[in-house]
Amino acid sequence: MATSGYVRALVSGRAIPLRGDDVDTDRIIPARYMKGVSFEGLGEYAFRDARFDESGRPKEHPFNEGRFSGASILVVNRNFGCGSSREHAPQALARAGITALVGESFAEIFAGNCVTLGLPAVGVAAEAARKLQDMVEADPSLTVEVDLESREVRAGSSRFPLAIAESHRKALASGLWDSTAELLPGLDAARALAARLPYSKWARSSP
Amino acid sequence: MSANLFDKVWELHKVGQLPSGRDQLFIGLHLVHEVTSPQAFAMLAERGLGVAFPGRTFATSDHIIPTDDQSRPFKDPQAEAMMAALEANAASSKIEFFGLASGRQGIVHVIGPELGLTQPGMTIACGDSHTSTHGALGAIAFGIGTSQVRDLLATQTLAMDRPKVRKIEVEGSLAKGVGAKDLILYILSRLGVEGGIGFAYEYAGSAVRGLGMEGRMTLCNMSIEGGARAGYVSPDETTFEYLRGRPYAPALADWDKATAYWRSIASAKDASYDDEVGLDAAEIEPMVTWGTNPGQGIGISRAMPRLGELPRERREGARAAYDHMGFSEGERIAGKKIDVAFIGSCTNGRIGDLREAAAVAKGRRVASGVRALVVPGSMQVAAQARAEGLDRVFVEAGFEFRLAGCSMCLAMNPDKLEGRELCASSSNRNFIGRQGSARGRTLLMSPAMVAAAAVSGEVVDVRSL
Repeated sequence: MATSGYVRALVSGRAIPLRGDDVDTDRIIPARYMKGVSFEGLGEYAFRDARFDESGRPKEHPFNEGRFSGASILVVNRNFGCGSSREHAPQALARAGITALVGESFAEIFAGNCVTLGLPAVGVAAEAARKLQDMVEADPSLTVEVDLESREVRAGSSRFPLAIAESHRKALASGLWDSTAELLPGLDAARALAARLPYSKWARSSP
Repeated sequence: MSANLFDKVWELHKVGQLPSGRDQLFIGLHLVHEVTSPQAFAMLAERGLGVAFPGRTFATSDHIIPTDDQSRPFKDPQAEAMMAALEANAASSKIEFFGLASGRQGIVHVIGPELGLTQPGMTIACGDSHTSTHGALGAIAFGIGTSQVRDLLATQTLAMDRPKVRKIEVEGSLAKGVGAKDLILYILSRLGVEGGIGFAYEYAGSAVRGLGMEGRMTLCNMSIEGGARAGYVSPDETTFEYLRGRPYAPALADWDKATAYWRSIASAKDASYDDEVGLDAAEIEPMVTWGTNPGQGIGISRAMPRLGELPRERREGARAAYDHMGFSEGERIAGKKIDVAFIGSCTNGRIGDLREAAAVAKGRRVASGVRALVVPGSMQVAAQARAEGLDRVFVEAGFEFRLAGCSMCLAMNPDKLEGRELCASSSNRNFIGRQGSARGRTLLMSPAMVAAAAVSGEVVDVRSL
């Protein structure tokens, strides 16, 4: 994963539709794949239990369809990424080749995790998300563009206005999305603030 | 109009504004566990950075800990590797670690308040979405991802946009047999699982004031289930009394200064909010979820909603949930036969939860064919339960009384559902696959309701026993 500098103002590629509201991060990456000390190899397990049954037989799922293989823009519906804060979820998607997400809305921790990975997760109107999914179903070769400068998602001749927190937009579009790099210059000011906090001065009961 | 707690505490902890436009927010307490931290420590090392404020960082292990045999090395080599990584990282970074030998190990959101680390007017973060729990003490507390754990280790600050604040005012008294878990499941059923996106929730009103600290923790714990990244209760005498004398709470010599600060950050009566919602406590009965998200819950006397009665945008999700659960619209939730009963988790693994469940279990037997587990949220909760004889009550009733950990809430340890088992659970998420079986099914409810289901073999109104 890159650490800084990449401008993510325009991301484009073929898209993959994933229908349904409230897709939680346990669905995106089941907890058993979090048993490790690195994020390596997680891409293989994205949506594992939605894609395969317990004996490993593939189920009907867009990630199993050859026509969407190599697609990089994930088109979802409402409250995608809810539940657990696990960064393993966007890490798994990124490692499965996803470079941007478009949907009606995203859970907040998930959306924040996406930004720290340089992955735009942008909102569009509910009907726009469904229309995009229909368009991509009908033509998997369609190129979808997520443009953070003009604040729109483009597909074929259609344009949909996109919503994203202005700070997220700015961070991605200007390559400032590495939050540690953004925060480090403030370390001295943070130390000064810490010393002023009322609770910095109290003794502990009996640690 | 004056400021609410959230805005006051945020302002006190704001280091400055960042180039992206986000605020740089100082975090008073960083809690670390074994699942979301090893990658953060590795990224830190890659950049040649160290831990900036080790004294404000505390670690424990909870998710992967087995609850039957905790002897080392753990039988699961992956769990052992994660535990060993956390021990090594804590030692090399001089972070205090509450391991099994400390007597203080437990679920991170149980031990923070229990040790007095969590205090009013603090900012708190942890790589776990249920960090919202700590808001019960009047802190503002966020779940974060692993890259943000790295940010915190490196700078003790986060890059964040200030959320809006919604006051949820619950007036009246909760009926007998109705508690904090029922209250939050009711709130989620009313406001939805996405209604809180962009908000922090302030819980207020006489029904919330009337809750003890542990009830407030249950309430704030599931804020994230409503989409709200943080939830809190403004601190009061109940909060101060809870903290007095806890090991990491302020010493008595500094107590007056501490309470003066805590009172100063409480929300004023005329504080302003971005949104306000009023609810009536008297309408709430014991709640049970019927679906696959925590907002899909109903009162125990009610029938599961017909698709046509639901708002149009919730019908598809409900249909998929019924498919997974094997339930039909219009059916009653009461009477559903259960296979497993789980009492524990950061939502309901505290001593009050165990007392509540034991009161139901006492003198009764777990129904045949039901596997029933009681898992204390921390070593201290376990010790207290033993001192009160609750472990004997549970064991005599046919429950297993386990060692502290996250257990069957999320199945990163040996405690899991199998096949299509139906589990009455005091945990926080009924997501598909959450409890370890892709076909497993979860009914969320209070610890008393889980105990009642365990001894009845089916979902039942605890008030009828």
